[in-house]
Amino acid sequence: MKDVREALMVGRNSEGKLVRRPLSPHLQVYKPQISSATSIFHRITGVALGAGAVLFTAWLVCAAAGDSAFSVIQAIFASWIGLIVLFGFTLALFYHFCNGIRHLAWDAGKGFELPDMHRSGRLVIGATLVLTVAFWLIAFLVG
Amino acid sequence: MQKDTTPSIHIMRSQLGRARGLGAAKHGAAHWWAERLTAAALLPLSLYFVLSVLLLKGAGRAAMAAYMGEPWNAVLFLLLIFAMFYHLSMGLQAVIEDYVRKDAKRIAVLMLVKAGIWFLGLAAAVSVLKLAVS
Ligand code: HEM
Repeated sequence: MKDVREALMVGRNSEGKLVRRPLSPHLQVYKPQISSATSIFHRITGVALGAGAVLFTAWLVCAAAGDSAFSVIQAIFASWIGLIVLFGFTLALFYHFCNGIRHLAWDAGKGFELPDMHRSGRLVIGATLVLTVAFWLIAFLVG
Repeated sequence: MQKDTTPSIHIMRSQLGRARGLGAAKHGAAHWWAERLTAAALLPLSLYFVLSVLLLKGAGRAAMAAYMGEPWNAVLFLLLIFAMFYHLSMGLQAVIEDYVRKDAKRIAVLMLVKAGIWFLGLAAAVSVLKLAVS
């Protein structure tokens, strides 16, 4: 037996002949749009935050392990490379957070009209930048 | 060898059997809801986490232990850990199921990723508990 998914690729045309069903065009054919861009970024940031979860765990485990382990990881985070990596993770988190709200609104059936979708997409990008900058301003200026 | 692309159906199952084989596993709704519930829980929890990071900026181990020693902080961190790794597990599963086509490979990758998530989640939770009672 062939793979069921493969078998379902075969259908009959109006003359009753067996034909392969057409595939949708490849991704490269489409012009990048705010809808497709925000969608794939949700996936990319979700996976990136998975790597962030490893770092998050390392932070907690080092704190539990003892003074020397914790001072090492705190020093790594405070280094230039550490700060750049953390900056990336805040960007990913705030983006995924904002766009996650957008997803939950869609799940509730709201915001599907094209103009609304474009507006909320731009809003997500703007809010991500504002939150990320605000976070780092507070981190550097306060305390 | 040239791949044969002439359309043909080699399948020894009834249409009904095929439809049944592809039908609902009766777990879809629960999975869908768990994904949304963990996402909703992560909205306040991730803001709390961001706040905690700002409060703990440059902290030493003693300050970390004092922070987790507050029962509310320990509980919120444990909730964050649970919601985050649960959400991550389902999210990565969706991504893997989309991109890893071969059954054996997909199952192997899923098992590895889930094992890793259990390991990390428990390590994070045990660390919070240890800090909380230290
Ligand atoms: C901050 C609050 C968060 C919210 C509101 C949120 C929301 C969501 C939603 C609604 C989805 C489903 C998207 C869809 O329908 O396709 C999703 C997917 C995902 N999330 Fe989150 N999330 C949050 C935090 C996180 C965190 C902290 C992580 C990682 C540790 C994460 C990792 C993922 C992954 C890997 C996916 C799958 C992406 C995909 O299937 O394309 N999320 N998130």
